[in-house]
Amino acid sequence: MSIEYGLKDFDKKYRSYHQARWDEPIIFQLSQPGERGILLPEAEPEVAAAGSRIISDLGPMARKSPPNLPEISQMRVLKHYLHLSQENLGADETVDIGQGTCTMKYSPKINDRLANLPDLADVHPRQDESTVQGSLEIIYKTEQMLKAVSGLDRFCLQAGGGSQALLVIATIVRAWVDEQGLADKKDEIITTIFSHPSNPACAAIKGFKLITVYPDEEGRPDFEAMKAAVSDRTAAFLVTNPEDLGIYNSRIREFTQMVHDVGGLCSYDQANANALLGIARARESGFDLCFFNIHKTFSAPHGCGGPGCGAVGVRENLVKYLPAPLVSYDEEKDRYFLDYESPSKISRIKDFYGVLPAITRGYAWMKALGPHWLREVSRVAVLNNNYMFKKIMAMRGVGAPYASGEFRMEQVRYSMQKLKDETGISVSEFINRMFDYGMHLWTSHEPWLVPEPFTVEPTESYSKAEMDEYLAVLEQVLKECYETPEVVKHAPHKSAVHHTDHDILEDPKRWAITWRAYRKKYKGYFEPR
Amino acid sequence: MNSFESHPYIPNSVPSVQEEMLREIGAKSVDEFFKCIPDDIKYHEALQMSEPTLSEAGLRRHVEEIASKNRSVNRVLSFLGGGCWNHYVPASCDEINGRSEFLTAYAGDPYEDHGRFQALFEYESLMAELLEMDVVNVPTYDGSQAAGTALRMACRITDRHRVLVPELAGPERLKIIETYLHPQIEVVRVKADPAALTLDLNDLRSKLDDSVAAVFLENPTFLGVIEPSGGEIAELAHGKGALLVVWADPSSLGVLTPPSCYGADIACGDIQPLGVRMHFGGGRGGYIASKDEKKFVSEFPSRLFGISATTHGEWGFGDVAWERTSFASREAAKEFVGTAAALWGITAGVYLATMGPKGMADLGTGILQRSAYLSRQMAQIPGVKIAATAPFFKEFPVTFQGRSVSDINMELLSRGIYGGHDLSSNYPTLQNSALYCVNETMTKADMDTLTKALSEIMKGAGGSLQ
Repeated sequence: MSIEYGLKDFDKKYRSYHQARWDEPIIFQLSQPGERGILLPEAEPEVAAAGSRIISDLGPMARKSPPNLPEISQMRVLKHYLHLSQENLGADETVDIGQGTCTMKYSPKINDRLANLPDLADVHPRQDESTVQGSLEIIYKTEQMLKAVSGLDRFCLQAGGGSQALLVIATIVRAWVDEQGLADKKDEIITTIFSHPSNPACAAIKGFKLITVYPDEEGRPDFEAMKAAVSDRTAAFLVTNPEDLGIYNSRIREFTQMVHDVGGLCSYDQANANALLGIARARESGFDLCFFNIHKTFSAPHGCGGPGCGAVGVRENLVKYLPAPLVSYDEEKDRYFLDYESPSKISRIKDFYGVLPAITRGYAWMKALGPHWLREVSRVAVLNNNYMFKKIMAMRGVGAPYASGEFRMEQVRYSMQKLKDETGISVSEFINRMFDYGMHLWTSHEPWLVPEPFTVEPTESYSKAEMDEYLAVLEQVLKECYETPEVVKHAPHKSAVHHTDHDILEDPKRWAITWRAYRKKYKGYFEPR
Repeated sequence: MNSFESHPYIPNSVPSVQEEMLREIGAKSVDEFFKCIPDDIKYHEALQMSEPTLSEAGLRRHVEEIASKNRSVNRVLSFLGGGCWNHYVPASCDEINGRSEFLTAYAGDPYEDHGRFQALFEYESLMAELLEMDVVNVPTYDGSQAAGTALRMACRITDRHRVLVPELAGPERLKIIETYLHPQIEVVRVKADPAALTLDLNDLRSKLDDSVAAVFLENPTFLGVIEPSGGEIAELAHGKGALLVVWADPSSLGVLTPPSCYGADIACGDIQPLGVRMHFGGGRGGYIASKDEKKFVSEFPSRLFGISATTHGEWGFGDVAWERTSFASREAAKEFVGTAAALWGITAGVYLATMGPKGMADLGTGILQRSAYLSRQMAQIPGVKIAATAPFFKEFPVTFQGRSVSDINMELLSRGIYGGHDLSSNYPTLQNSALYCVNETMTKADMDTLTKALSEIMKGAGGSLQ
């Protein structure tokens, strides 16, 4: 009997996997002139007649020829996209713990249903407030929960992702500096090399000079380097804790104090908050601002790269810089309302009030856990990580620089430098082979301060058995690097597609970002089919 | 308080499993892992929030009760627009963006996430045909962010620091643009023709010089007006070495000339009309499009997925010009990039593939017909005046003589109608005016219901507030 699953029963530690392979054409290749995907309601004759003059009046603004979109019947369109979905590895399908820093936790299905209730999904943002009390209540109550988790005083839930939240924060710092007339004096922002790239990138957009602090030998932001960086010019300090190494900076209060002593602001990038729910808060660490990713820590799905929600929190003295409108509650009238009253200096950052599908999911997730289980989320996330840490560190060719002998928080950045030295196989090659077993592994943000890096964050969502399966795959691929390196070097073998030529994507003469550009540039060349 | 020993979302909350794992790690308790956190930072209380609703059934009931306090547009007749539109969403769009393979994926490589790369490349390609431009980005947060970035791109391309924007552009959009462009770039407002509500070309000429990086134009405008002088504006801008950046509603492009055809260098806008539900304004995605020239492509901050070939003769995909992005270059990058609106990009691709050229033409025609019919009927009501003389698409401003929009909207609300968006507070020249919006599913009866109600309200005959 040959059964390739039922891992426990058959003592098989990993599965024989193959991704769906549909060899799917580009959608334009499916076009059959005359086919229709959907029909719209036709206007009644009297309505149509009213429009005829307008259409002829358009003159140069009337489109000359219809857009060159494909003509495809409905089921064929659907099938095309279903095939593509099957050629995509969702977190629901795999043990998605190899995308460290991104907190790929389980996003409960009930929350998808709730987020898409017609009463929530089919609501216009300009409706009278009396008809949107439900949406406003969800935003308001989510804010109350985030206040509890952070200890800060008000939250704005408008940003559509963590990077846009960082833009909000940089914009707040800019407004705060400008308002005090300090634009010429406070023109520097300090961040750390392990902070997300959008921290420095957004600070630069708002016109600040960047100073980057590197880690000390133990992997924590270098205290002496920080002291040298901080001055009267410091407008703000943007930092994550724990940083992506998974090492908690125990001296964080001294860092924030140092910045406060020169009159700067401290902003906490809580991308790594999954280690700390109910355990440590932004307030007690001395931060003036923070943000959470609702699509990471609070379970909203990542959607192939958004929409998400970056919730920005501030202390009372900075509330007036939050983008309008906030959502407030009038106890007397028992009414939630859009609050434009705070003398906002930022004015606006995003259309309307925030990504409700993400916020609703975050709210429902917190509501399903409450104070006790939220804390348990972090305790188990950290337990799981230290379990992985222990097992991975015992593997051949792998290490984890910094803070030797210490436990880590919710993730670890490992290094395969030893493996590369011994086998010649790089981490970029290695990760392609992981996928032949249905697993994903990510390296790290750039620059690669940890050489040949990979980052594992198991979250609270995976059982010990699933983590063991992931570990078995990791071990198997490491073994292959030593014993059958050619198999690894030519991976993936079991993906929907094989190795792609990436040089073409860096060459202006050859890159093609749309099918339209491809047709112009190639005229019959490199057509796989 | 918690009668359950484990939580369904936390498999390893089972105590015996935790003990086994601790043994393997060589730790005595989970608390040991947190010793690195100083005691004065540690939070020792329970988080200040209500107790949980642990059962899934209870959670569902709880959230449904909150949701039911909304009154969705499905239960009324809505004429609201102004940057978010109640278009019909084909069932296929919901089906595909609900697929867990797309919904829960994130940042996989082109091999494991081939489907995501292809679907987003196809989204770019379908938008490119609608826009007749060769480069389209993986969507950013929303149309206003797209506009802000398009203008910053124009400033970098021209090495100038001033942009001209129409004073009648979407008021929230203008604030978002101004916020985003501060502090390096000056935003100057150009006047509108008071009758047509189109751009005042004389004022444009007076403000346009060789310090201007870009002229920003909405077409159709926030007020629904179709700007007839796109070609002339492009010539004026180009004559001074400035670029033309046009914000265009993609639902109009089945019938309206795409910006590139009258000289736009960069187009941008929001993809919400393309199969994305409104979600109280939470369903948004920003597109940016340009020509396929290195000087343009190099200035995009967004991901750009390109097509390639694999070693085995399959289509392959990957990121184009990666070093531009903040992922690669931190503060030296072109602006910033991060998790934005990819799922809505995939959704908009499904929408455009489903609609096809005829569907997009029907959509545009159907909307033009309905907005023409509704405006004609409304104009016949005594005391009601259409406030734009230029042709319009989908929405149009309406002025009510001697009645405030908020009063009228209250009366409409009591009849199950959401009246047009009140323009009074943001447009000094459009007092007592509202923006009325149609969609492609409205019937003659729907529109007649509105005009009948408005006739009664304007007469003062009807509309008691219950």
